[in-house]
Amino acid sequence: MPVSVTDGVRLLSGNEAIARGAYEAGVKVASAFTGTPSTEILENLATYKGVYAEWAPNEKVAVEVALGASMAGVRALAAMKHVGVNVAADPIFTASYTGVRGGLVIVSADDPEMHSSQNEQDNRHYAAAAKVPMLEPSDSAEAKAFTRLAFELSERFDTPVFLRTTTRISHAKGVVPLGEVARPPFAPGFRRDAAKWVMLPVNARRRHVAVEERTNALRAFAETFEGNRIEWGDRSIGIITAGVAYQYVREVMPDASVLKLGLAWPLPDKLIRQFAAGVSRLVVVEELDPILETHVRALGLPVQGKDRVPILGELNPAIVRQALTGQAPLVRAPESVPSRPPNLCPGCPHRGLFYLLRKLKVTVTGDIGCYTLAALPPLASMDTCVSMGASIGNAHGMEKALGPAAQGKVVAVIGDSTFLHSGVSGLMDIVYNRGCSTVIILDNRTTAMTGAQDNPASGKTLQGAPTRRVDLVALCKALGVEHVYTVSPHDLDATEALLRRELGRAEPSVVITEAPCVLLPEHREQERPVFQLVEELCTGCKACLNLGCPAIEWTQYTPEQALRAGKKEKQKGIAPINALLCDGCNVCPQVCQFKAFVEVLR
Amino acid sequence: MTSGRGNVFIAGVGGQGILLASEVLGEALLRSGYDVKKSEVHGMAQRGGSVTTHLRYGPTVFSPLIEPGTADLLLAFEKIEALRFAHFLAPQGVAIVNTQEILPASVATGREQYPLDAVERLRAVSGHLFLVDALGTALALQAVRAVNVVMVGAASHFLPLPPAAYEEALRARMKEQVAQINIQAFQAGRGLIPAESLSGAGGQPT
Repeated sequence: MPVSVTDGVRLLSGNEAIARGAYEAGVKVASAFTGTPSTEILENLATYKGVYAEWAPNEKVAVEVALGASMAGVRALAAMKHVGVNVAADPIFTASYTGVRGGLVIVSADDPEMHSSQNEQDNRHYAAAAKVPMLEPSDSAEAKAFTRLAFELSERFDTPVFLRTTTRISHAKGVVPLGEVARPPFAPGFRRDAAKWVMLPVNARRRHVAVEERTNALRAFAETFEGNRIEWGDRSIGIITAGVAYQYVREVMPDASVLKLGLAWPLPDKLIRQFAAGVSRLVVVEELDPILETHVRALGLPVQGKDRVPILGELNPAIVRQALTGQAPLVRAPESVPSRPPNLCPGCPHRGLFYLLRKLKVTVTGDIGCYTLAALPPLASMDTCVSMGASIGNAHGMEKALGPAAQGKVVAVIGDSTFLHSGVSGLMDIVYNRGCSTVIILDNRTTAMTGAQDNPASGKTLQGAPTRRVDLVALCKALGVEHVYTVSPHDLDATEALLRRELGRAEPSVVITEAPCVLLPEHREQERPVFQLVEELCTGCKACLNLGCPAIEWTQYTPEQALRAGKKEKQKGIAPINALLCDGCNVCPQVCQFKAFVEVLR
Repeated sequence: MTSGRGNVFIAGVGGQGILLASEVLGEALLRSGYDVKKSEVHGMAQRGGSVTTHLRYGPTVFSPLIEPGTADLLLAFEKIEALRFAHFLAPQGVAIVNTQEILPASVATGREQYPLDAVERLRAVSGHLFLVDALGTALALQAVRAVNVVMVGAASHFLPLPPAAYEEALRARMKEQVAQINIQAFQAGRGLIPAESLSGAGGQPT
């Protein structure tokens, strides 16, 4: 997939560079659950020869697979977005105790600014909490170099190693020199060693001793690690920084003295003291939480940081310039223009369903995926969204809290991939504890939000090879749900009738809406109709605008224009369809009582 | 590394092929010996939302993000998006704006109006404004998806590279047949800005 080639250097994103670095390190097994901004790591690793790469159903499984490969003596990698580390935290914290055999690298791709996330947690906290060292690259070249290094450190110190990126590392491209592929340090094979691998309390207590000894050894390593470096310059100011913030600091203060930290945990106390002693004013520039700053303060050193650098959102050169120099940027104010939030695609199978949920006036507990966009107007038909799989537990909790008042009024909505990630246990809870919620599974045969990745219900592997599909109906029935029904969400009457019936049922039920994502080749290559407005029939009632379809483009009339078009003077406009955008889903004709939308030849 | 540096800010709507346009520009600059960084956001932003790419080149580049007020070139695929990010332009910066209108949801549903004065406001912001019909140009070539490469062609006047550098970058990215169509789109885009209109706008005599 990386295609930019010029004399041994390439223009790679951080994610492509991590994949390249893992390949050069001789990684053999890689597992991940897709999630922005981490997705392209595994997509790229899958293209390298000799690497086994897979989509796991969730991040916990991905880490367990990678740890298993490490136990078997090969280098292994698991990748995930920041919130995925929450899901995987259980095996990670104990893998810290077991240590590794083959190098084990866990990539945490954080998303400051929440470009595509539900929170902006700072995963550097995980390193100290799990006592797992964490490398933090500042650009693509370092992302590749640190990935290679992470495998070596993992084996040298018998520990998993975190590699932490942020969106501006993961999705920024930079020039990366390529290297040779390393030879594996030892032959694969699992060696029985219960004291190391079986974390019974008796063994775990001994391993905890090893963890503390390892941490001391890592602290000593941090002092001489070349990724932690002082760049002496003007000594009137010294800036401690890491990650992409280092680039902003160098951009806006090219002459300042800088302590650049490549190891986010553990931190080099002596080096920090040496740097502080060499400058007259010490400032920490870090994105999100004051982790470096708190550490420097604990060393008893006077330092500035979050009193001037924002704790919210991502940094950029203008913010860093203002924080360090007090200069506000001299630029004109942004122009005021209509906002352009993301939207469900034309023909999206979710649109009709959320239109109906709004009509049914039910409380909708939602989940993570493209369909979360249905919370935005005009569909505005999702009431909660918290974490992967939460819709089902949230619905059950509401129902138990409200009792009979909630009967038929609460519905959980979750995508196929999200359901398999962590919704199955929620549904089990409803059945086990005699709940009666209705769960709608949106089966579009892909993980659409992150760019149409395959999953256990899609029938294809990461490499696109055919594999068994999870049978969602059989799975729900096996959990004990007696009432499981499928419907095409493009058929509004059938879907509405089914929803009304199942909402009224005093037992758990599952409705699976089946229609492929419009981004899938199998859909795009299909012959589809296109719809057109018969202008004479349009009364300007705006009912179709409640669908929020990007292909329906409301055209405003002045009274004169209305009369000229042969309409009543008070008609405000018409709703023509943009033929370039129409996907032919046939939903708008079903909501137009004047039959103004008709099928035409494409 | 080659001397000279520049900031190119690319703005448009998810689905217009902005990522590919920035890839071709970045690749062409890298092949010509520049250090290059570029930054964009994937994921939720791509579902028909507003999307941007920051592209920077020079002997060495630190920040992957452009500061407001410092873009030498604003390459905008849609007029509203041009206005939205116009404050990134440097005082003498050049704006190339595709005249295509793509209605945001609030406009398509009648809650807001498409700004009718978009072009006047753009003129007020940039002394070096070039309006181009990239969609019409692509449609004339029967290659509606090549709007992005038409825009690259128009942009090529303002970057220190010969046309061959872009053509090589296109060939490196795609099969020969597809590359041929895109090279035509590039040349057509380059032709949208006539040489005589370049004086004073920093165009390159390539």
